Amino acid sequence: MPRGQPPLSLPALIYEPKVRGIIFQVLLLAALVVAAWSLASNVAVNLQRQNIASGFGFLDRTAGFEISQQLIDFKPTDNYGRAFVVGLLNTLLVAGLGIVFATILGFTVGVARLSSNWIVSRLALAFVEVVRNMPPLLTLFLVYFAAIKTLPGPRQSIELPLSSFLNVRGLYMPKPQWLDGSSTIVVAFIAGIIASMLLARWARQRQVATGQQVPIFWPSLGLVLGLPLLAFMIAGQPVAFEYPALKGFNFSGGMVVQPEFIALLFGLTVYTAAFIAEIVRAGISGVPKGQKEAAAALGLSAGQSMRLVVLPQAMRIVIPPLTNQFLNLTKNSSLAVAIGYPDLVSVFAGTVLNNTNQAIECILITMGVYLVLSIVTSIGMNMFNARMALVER
Amino acid sequence: MTTHAPSTTTKTMRPPAGAGPIAWMRQNLFATPVDALLTFAGLYIVYRLLGGFIDWALVSATWTGDDGKACSRDGAGACWPFIWHKFGLFMSGRFPDAERWRIYLTYGLALAGLVPLMIPGVPGKLWLFIYMLGVFPLLAFVLLSGGMFGLSHVPTELWGGLLVTLVVACVGIAASFPLGILLALGRRSELPIVRWVSIGFIEIVRGVPLVTMLFFASVMLPLFLPENVTFDKLLRALIGVALFSAAYLAEVIRGGLQAIPRGQLEAADALGLSYWQKMGLIVLPQALKLVIPGIVNSFIALFKDTSLVLIIGLFDLLGIVQQSVQADAKWFSPSTSTTGYFFAGFIFWIFCFGMSRYSSFIERRLGIGDRKS
Repeated sequence: MPRGQPPLSLPALIYEPKVRGIIFQVLLLAALVVAAWSLASNVAVNLQRQNIASGFGFLDRTAGFEISQQLIDFKPTDNYGRAFVVGLLNTLLVAGLGIVFATILGFTVGVARLSSNWIVSRLALAFVEVVRNMPPLLTLFLVYFAAIKTLPGPRQSIELPLSSFLNVRGLYMPKPQWLDGSSTIVVAFIAGIIASMLLARWARQRQVATGQQVPIFWPSLGLVLGLPLLAFMIAGQPVAFEYPALKGFNFSGGMVVQPEFIALLFGLTVYTAAFIAEIVRAGISGVPKGQKEAAAALGLSAGQSMRLVVLPQAMRIVIPPLTNQFLNLTKNSSLAVAIGYPDLVSVFAGTVLNNTNQAIECILITMGVYLVLSIVTSIGMNMFNARMALVER
Repeated sequence: MTTHAPSTTTKTMRPPAGAGPIAWMRQNLFATPVDALLTFAGLYIVYRLLGGFIDWALVSATWTGDDGKACSRDGAGACWPFIWHKFGLFMSGRFPDAERWRIYLTYGLALAGLVPLMIPGVPGKLWLFIYMLGVFPLLAFVLLSGGMFGLSHVPTELWGGLLVTLVVACVGIAASFPLGILLALGRRSELPIVRWVSIGFIEIVRGVPLVTMLFFASVMLPLFLPENVTFDKLLRALIGVALFSAAYLAEVIRGGLQAIPRGQLEAADALGLSYWQKMGLIVLPQALKLVIPGIVNSFIALFKDTSLVLIIGLFDLLGIVQQSVQADAKWFSPSTSTTGYFFAGFIFWIFCFGMSRYSSFIERRLGIGDRKS
């Protein structure tokens, strides 16, 4: 507004961008409030008409159903709140293991994609293109209904090494039983990890100071595996195994991995690995060729150049999209509901919702959990990313 | 200083070997002993996979028969008669046979608009765009749903198979397009309330699985509506899918908006264009062109995700295959389910692979265009 003009008239005010912005925002806010209010009143009327209670009091009520896989004890007499925790833990278990396996498989396939060996790179390409272009739910159905559900029954179980058995009811494995004195093994294991970390630190300092390299891989492996083994022997072998045995028509004893869990874990791993492979390939190709040539000029072997020069730089490109894939895997674990694995959605947005009819509370809690998981994963990966990022001086 | 022990032998690059298949094999398959080992392992895997597949799909497959008994021999492969008999069901569900021509006509009308739109260099893109987004949806609705112009009404409960998959994916992406653009603009707006509302919507929807959005649409939405308003099950799924896809599309479009140089905006301001003129005439045409590959990729993701509607009881391609292989006792045989899933997977794969090829073709074209200027 130039100076010396008369005070703003109404039309001039309307054309002032700032004023228009404020008016527009007030209108938007008002529209949102009106919409929310009318929705809420509709909800109130509908709930009253259908006699549905509201509020979160139902979490204390007795659940009255069983859950096929539980990490903590769950009986039908427990309440809905505990059912929620059981479902959440199942989701976390399958998502956590899925992330680990998918990362390993994805990195392997991604590196294989760039192999100079024609057959290896074509095989990796075929894997990626086949898996990526099919719905994850289909992969899941194939694994569950076409592969696992056609396995033989308990009496004709497939015998695996280590007294394990695979049949249509799941994977039966020996169950370790922790007797007195077994805690020393855990202590020794932790001590082994700490000792190998100290060793790695000392080796790095020594290399910086003198230029000499100390091998750390085999000594660390020895520490991490050897110390618990030593403790196991000294404490008088305090771990016994309970082996699964065929009794009548089914196995008893041992530990059983549910077929739904195997199918879901396998499906999620394969599907996500195909995407991770492409991300890793793009990351490695994104490192300038000169870096590899410089490493070769320094006399590093192909393995050293990959491990010490290329991969650390590729990680900078890889981490952000990798985070997205981890989040996708966690969200895709909700496909569990289609094959009956008792994850959060299946237990809470499925069974609990049907039993209590409290749709709003159940859906909101379920969505809230996934939101929190998303936020926590991205914060964690952002911290890792900050550590890996280029430090500019 | 950090040094690494140099390897003891000095490797020298082999001069390029001669041409010809032998030289190619030596370079690409047998460069080192480890390489040779990998090659043999790879060949073995290819032999097992390909051999197993050919045996299953061709050699020991069943080609004729009228029920599952024909496919129940020992060691029987694929059960193809199951697919022949159910083909109509898999393609269009329980849509009345006499009215199937309406589906094919709809596909034809879609292709008539889509094919010239997808080929670069065909004139009249604007009119094609208007046809696809304005005229075609109306035609498709009248043709498929009927109930007017002498066409009999086909309720959506009878729709199924690939038809539902295509309807959900196409309506999902088309309906989410305007909302996605608004959200992307809102997220980059200077008005704080607009920005926070957009960010809130986008991040919440992107943070939750599609399954929960579908549950939201199928169980919670009816509670939000006034007493006498009821929604069709398909429409509810469509709302869930469209809201979900809008949040992802908004992020894709935001990428395009961020790539527009600031000078373009300043030039538009200098010309005295209003906000909507500036965005509609200057920024969006450039930004949307940049993100065509991203939009195609979202469409691929959405196309795959439509299979989740089976969880809320709709029968898309995968849903109807799943129902047929699990619940149809007439066709029960050990190989029915594998055959059914293979067929569904093949159809999904053809669509998704085709679209991803198209997306990378456009990406290359855009890249070349950029380098020229």
